[in-house]
Amino acid sequence: MKRNIAMIFVILAGFILQTTVFQALSFGGIAPNLLIIITASYGFMFGRRYGMTVGFICGLLMDIFYGSVLGFYALIYLYIGAANGVFRRVFYQNDIMLPIALITASDFVYSFICYILLFLLRGRFQFTFYLKNIILPEIIYTIFVTVFLYPCILLLNKALENTKKRGDHKIV
Amino acid sequence: MSPVVKRKREKFSIPSKYLLLILTGVCITLMAITFLTDYTPATVNKVAGYIIVPFQNGVSRVGSWISTRVDELGELRIVLQENQELKEQIAELTIQNTQLQQDKYELNNLRELYKLDEQYSGYEKVGARIIARDTGNWFRAFTIDKGLDDGLTIDMNVIAGGGLVGRIIDIGPNWAKVNSIINDDSNVSGMVLASSDTMIVKGSLQLMAESKIGFEQLTDSKNQVEIGDKIVTSNISNKYLPGILIGYISEIAQDSNNITKSGTLTPAVDFEHLEEVLVILETKQQIED
Repeated sequence: MKRNIAMIFVILAGFILQTTVFQALSFGGIAPNLLIIITASYGFMFGRRYGMTVGFICGLLMDIFYGSVLGFYALIYLYIGAANGVFRRVFYQNDIMLPIALITASDFVYSFICYILLFLLRGRFQFTFYLKNIILPEIIYTIFVTVFLYPCILLLNKALENTKKRGDHKIV
Repeated sequence: MSPVVKRKREKFSIPSKYLLLILTGVCITLMAITFLTDYTPATVNKVAGYIIVPFQNGVSRVGSWISTRVDELGELRIVLQENQELKEQIAELTIQNTQLQQDKYELNNLRELYKLDEQYSGYEKVGARIIARDTGNWFRAFTIDKGLDDGLTIDMNVIAGGGLVGRIIDIGPNWAKVNSIINDDSNVSGMVLASSDTMIVKGSLQLMAESKIGFEQLTDSKNQVEIGDKIVTSNISNKYLPGILIGYISEIAQDSNNITKSGTLTPAVDFEHLEEVLVILETKQQIED
């Protein structure tokens, strides 16, 4: 229950920060993708179900405010969250490489799908341009933010688990 | 249904396989609804608006404060260097200034003479602040802090600094989403002010990096259109009011079909540093009525 409330809080905070502060701090018009970080983190930390739920909510928020079609981003984020959930088995809290690798891959996949569905299908064929100017800068900035944001999400959930365990002891 | 009911004593849960299927279904249904019908999710917009927008409003103020500070630090070094150079220029400029003042006086007179008063000064407008921008890096839409409650509706034109910014494409009670004309999915019917030749002004992500907009399908059989010509919105558009300045032609070239021309234009608005915009409280449809 606590985890769910924290989850909603993290998503809303991420969305609000991404649309405001990080847009103001963007380098050359490129902002990091916080929602991907959150979706992927919940995916590999708590499994497919959490990944999917978080992804769906994140995507839906984007659809409501910035999408042209309701459900489009929700679908992409949903599958990214689900895919990250598979890696829960090989996830260890002390290891930072796996999260970074997974978030990088997720962001790339997300950008790539966006390019194909929103640009390639409208006849924008210069993939190298978009790779160089949008996709790669976004991934690099996202990784940079991950280094700071991911430990925060991890700490938050660790703290929640600790209180949960203590609570259990009391009852026992 | 039944397996869920049987396990009711345990924690209620759906296997993630089915959850994935259900959510996928939900997404596809939503997409189908938005594609196939004209339904706009008014209630969803309303709820989201009340939860998110107040925060965005506050946080964006913090964000712009931080970005101003960051800019200031970076600029300090350049400013010191420039200061030296500028002092030398002052002497030179004082002389030029006298000359320019004279020119300005002349210009003002000429302006009055030609009555180059912009056509859209007659429209009723309302000011709004940009509080959030598109989350992704692919498009450049943004949210403003006024909505239905302030008398705004979808398709109202948004201007800033005398030029066209875009139009409202989605709206909630206290927010509205504006699609800017530099956006990759934006098309505006434009017109060369001097010769009334029409064209399609098309935003492009590639040209956005150079802060330009593309245009195409310009029929200019008399070869009158030149670099620097003013482009305004045309009478043909059913969304944009006529005669709003879009920008100035910066490149022009003949298409391979030898009939039309295409090129790029420099927008009149500085999209990088937009903070406040004006919304024209009339839509094209209203005026025609």
